[in-house]
Amino acid sequence: MPPPHNTLKPHALMQRYSLPRLLAHARRHHEDWQRAWRNPAPKDAYDTVIVGGGGHGLATAYYLAKEHGVTDVAVIERGYLGGGNTGRNTTIVRSNYLRDASTRLYDFALDLWRDLSREINFNVMFSARGVLNLGHTLQDMRDIERRVGANRLNGVDGEVLTTAEVQRLVPLMNCSPTSRYPVLGASWQPRGGVARHDAVAWGYARAADALGVDLLQQTEVVGIRVENGAVTGVETDLGFIAARRVACVVAGNSGVLARMAGLRLPIESRPLQALVSEPLKPCLDPVVMSAAVHCYISQSAKGDLVIGAGTDVYNGYGQRGSFPVLEHAVAAVCELFPAFSRVRMNRHWGGIVDICPDACPVIGPSPVRGLYFNCGWGTGGFKSTPGSGYVFADTIANERPHPLAAPFGLDRFASGALVDEHGAAAVAH
Amino acid sequence: MLRIRCPYCEEARSEEEFAYAGEAHIRRPEDPEALSDREWGEYLHFRTNARGPHREMWVHAAGCRRYFNVLRDTVSYEILDVYPIGKAPSDDSTGNGA
Repeated sequence: MPPPHNTLKPHALMQRYSLPRLLAHARRHHEDWQRAWRNPAPKDAYDTVIVGGGGHGLATAYYLAKEHGVTDVAVIERGYLGGGNTGRNTTIVRSNYLRDASTRLYDFALDLWRDLSREINFNVMFSARGVLNLGHTLQDMRDIERRVGANRLNGVDGEVLTTAEVQRLVPLMNCSPTSRYPVLGASWQPRGGVARHDAVAWGYARAADALGVDLLQQTEVVGIRVENGAVTGVETDLGFIAARRVACVVAGNSGVLARMAGLRLPIESRPLQALVSEPLKPCLDPVVMSAAVHCYISQSAKGDLVIGAGTDVYNGYGQRGSFPVLEHAVAAVCELFPAFSRVRMNRHWGGIVDICPDACPVIGPSPVRGLYFNCGWGTGGFKSTPGSGYVFADTIANERPHPLAAPFGLDRFASGALVDEHGAAAVAH
Repeated sequence: MLRIRCPYCEEARSEEEFAYAGEAHIRRPEDPEALSDREWGEYLHFRTNARGPHREMWVHAAGCRRYFNVLRDTVSYEILDVYPIGKAPSDDSTGNGA
């Protein structure tokens, strides 16, 4: 049963989070904190409907309201806010991509991350602890030098570290020359790091709600109504909701939504797995990623080790992954960090990622007028959340691609101008 | 973990013996030169990406190394049918039949 609707007016009553407010509530035993957002009944019509209440969808709603004054917006979410890939990723934020177009987009997002907590008055716990991408072969090291060079030409921070420098940053790592996959060096992006994934969804939700956006949870879109080549609204399990513009931000289910509008996308959906250990005392400062052995690992602020595996090799919508993929990632972690081989794992899960042929997103209009897609982020969506929302909101509000989003339109699959990040990015996709 | 029955070896083996080869029954256009860029792009990149029964190709990479078709549910992961390359699907309820 959905919780009862309330009719609290948003704007005037939204209380800012602050130290004085925290102290005042502490005196009252934290018993009367305001709800973080309203739970409104759906209206019959909106100017813009955003399908998908994950980080990207909520960020899009927030920037539409804040930057473009479009507040007649509903975010429709089948489950609960941030319950999909937003709450299932390994929370890594970085921008050390190879191609100019993707580097600019991800670095724009990274700049937004740095001030995000202040911007949306919600602590997203962004921690710029630095990201290491390990090289295990001579070719790895050549690719790393090329990528760091490209990054620096694009104004993105980056360094090539030697084995000794890597060992200094991560004392627990097995850097022995006799290990199965010796660490020959790494790329190092000090501005990268991790953030609290749930807080990103909650923070954007709260900030968007305060600007008047309706967040409709436990509401499923079951159809997209198209008349004369233009979108007129969405069918939901609560009835029809009219909209002049519909923006789909549903990651792994993008293909399902596209089919509702009679479209196909250059996207295939696959599970990507992650797992998290029991909490440990601080033992791993930077984020460590390795494309060659395919694992990535970081320690959260709570102390648990967050480990990412690869995507399944075949399509799937089950939010669990293939066991051999998980086994492979855990083997790599044990090889790199022999001390972690006795750590017990608490939870393991899969999220459905939407993978494009060039491992780059699709942001922009579709062949149906008024219908926009922001999808195809594949395994790299979390880090781009603020940037993705910002450029997508700009694209929708002005009905033309934002300059940073322009290279990522659906038209690239006709022109052939793919932004080839497959294997070029710092980690295998 | 999938257990896939290779139609040539006639044995059910672990998915690790196989490699995935993408959506099945995508026919290369007879005359590529006659296609527009958009049509060619759709042939190359656009996929059904079915949620539910999906026709796909696999190759028994660590076995007979031959390709075959599988009808698999992408939600339950149940394998509904396995049939050799060149054989038409028994029905086209999946939307990506021939």
